[in-house]
Amino acid sequence: MKINSFIPKRIKQPKQRVKTIGKRGLVSWLFLLPSLVGVMVFFVMPFMVVIGYSFMNNPIQKEFVGFSNFVNVWNNDAFRLAGGNTLKFSFTAVPLAVILSLVLAVVMESRIPFKSFFRSAFLSPLMVPTASIVLIWQVMFHQNGLVNNVLMMFSDSKTDWLKSDKAYIVIISLFLWKNLGYNMILFMSALAGIPKELIEVARIESAGKFQIFWHVKLRFMSPTIMFVTIMSLINSFKVFREVYLLTGDYPYDTLYMLQHYMNNKFAALDYQMLSAAAIIMFIIVSVLIYFLVRLEDSYGKDVEG
Amino acid sequence: MENKAYELYKKRIKKKKEIEDRTKKIIVTVAAVVFAFFFIMPTLLTVTNSFMAASEINANYGAIFATDKNGAKIFISKTVNLKFIPDMVSFAQYYTVLFKSPEYLFKFWNSMIYTVPIVGMQLALASLAAYGFSRHTSRIKDVIFFCYIVLMLMPYQVTLVPNYLVSDFLGILDTKWAIWFPGFFSPFAIYLLTKFMKRVPKELTEAAEIDGAGEWDIFSKIQLPLCKGGIASITILVFFDYWNMVEQPLILLKDPEKHPLSVFLSKINTGEISLAFAVAVIYLIPPLLLFLYGEDYLVEGISYQGGVKG
Repeated sequence: MKINSFIPKRIKQPKQRVKTIGKRGLVSWLFLLPSLVGVMVFFVMPFMVVIGYSFMNNPIQKEFVGFSNFVNVWNNDAFRLAGGNTLKFSFTAVPLAVILSLVLAVVMESRIPFKSFFRSAFLSPLMVPTASIVLIWQVMFHQNGLVNNVLMMFSDSKTDWLKSDKAYIVIISLFLWKNLGYNMILFMSALAGIPKELIEVARIESAGKFQIFWHVKLRFMSPTIMFVTIMSLINSFKVFREVYLLTGDYPYDTLYMLQHYMNNKFAALDYQMLSAAAIIMFIIVSVLIYFLVRLEDSYGKDVEG
Repeated sequence: MENKAYELYKKRIKKKKEIEDRTKKIIVTVAAVVFAFFFIMPTLLTVTNSFMAASEINANYGAIFATDKNGAKIFISKTVNLKFIPDMVSFAQYYTVLFKSPEYLFKFWNSMIYTVPIVGMQLALASLAAYGFSRHTSRIKDVIFFCYIVLMLMPYQVTLVPNYLVSDFLGILDTKWAIWFPGFFSPFAIYLLTKFMKRVPKELTEAAEIDGAGEWDIFSKIQLPLCKGGIASITILVFFDYWNMVEQPLILLKDPEKHPLSVFLSKINTGEISLAFAVAVIYLIPPLLLFLYGEDYLVEGISYQGGVKG
């Protein structure tokens, strides 16, 4: 009896649901439409043209040359140098930015006075115009600049910061200086969002401070960590603006980034090589993001569920 | 007796802990002050140096920008001074920028013309799109969202040729539309705002649905007000980004007259270095106002993101 009375309901329910989702789902696509059209016209379609260019000998003759542009770019020393530098920069600067801002957030979370003042101070690099940053960085790291003057107290040798292997340190510090503040704010709010009961329970079960941080806080913050990683990755590509303004088209070898390479190809009207390089970069970044998103999905669900 | 000794012991422990806590607090605070100083220094320096006379600025920083006849940088063995306090406060630079050479104000206006519509349109389109992404998630939407993330991450140099091609095709090269359009449709705000909207508890929207609210009502009466903080903080980030743009105008606008102030500031050379700081301060005013107005949103908006979860 009981079983029978349940059956019709079960069959009916999914049908109704499908109908409402269908209509509302369609409406939700309408919301996406303006953006989709714009992205299609201004990013996707021209990118198709770029893909076309990458298989031609040049945009005027339009002769199909297969993968030879890709092979040329891949075997190009400048491209390899630039690609290696960009990878190296992103893989050191991004983890550093994530870890340091997390440390900063934990410190700021402890009760220190003038919290809001410090918060504003750490955020202030966000609004400083790029040009002022460049000017001041030049003053600081000039051969006769501030940093060298301070270092001269301890040693006699002068470093030409922007024209030696140490240029790398300058750019990393510039990147960190600019981005730590915002990342820190993101982490601070994530820390504040952790339910107090969770920490209380852990404490009752006699977990140490470090254990609480590692097993409770860090796990709970993993979506934020992913978010900060993605934001830092974007910003690590944007640091090119400062590098470019600091050092020009052809900087010291360790600072020669993929963006320099592409900029110079653009200036030389070498569209086919530029297109091939852009596509290679596009593929690498896509793969990277794919893994990041997958990681975020699995971690995020783990904590939420 | 025993009790008293125990009390004394407890008191002593407590005092010891208090002292420990206080020293810890002092150390952390001092470290934070030093750190904070490094973070504010460039802003501070820009402001104080804008009150220096031209001769003083040239004496301090001239060595960096010294060039030979061919425009190549040359090395002068002169110390570069980083000075915070001007020898004599002078408003000469401001006077020059504001009254004598109107081109700076024109460029400032250009910056406004480019940035404000981009921020407005990008946010408007992003609100709609983010709502579309956050509702009725499906496999196709996930794929599209992934594409948006990749697009957002592409360095400007990758989208440079596509941008140039479209502008050329549409005949908008060298006009403000060439800057505007890619800005309007940039997926940056969409990514952030979708993150915000997905955090709004499902119960709220479901309740509204049961009450018979349409999608537009849910969007405008529930999601938008709840994401106000998020929208404000994204506005600030997008504004800062476009206010500082350098690459786009250089490539899409051949006419230097149309360049925004950010491009001019990035090309400081010997001749104009004395004005650079005063111009930079004027350039700093809009972001600063926005920052002061929206800083709490920046913090609160993001905390909402963490707070609603779970």
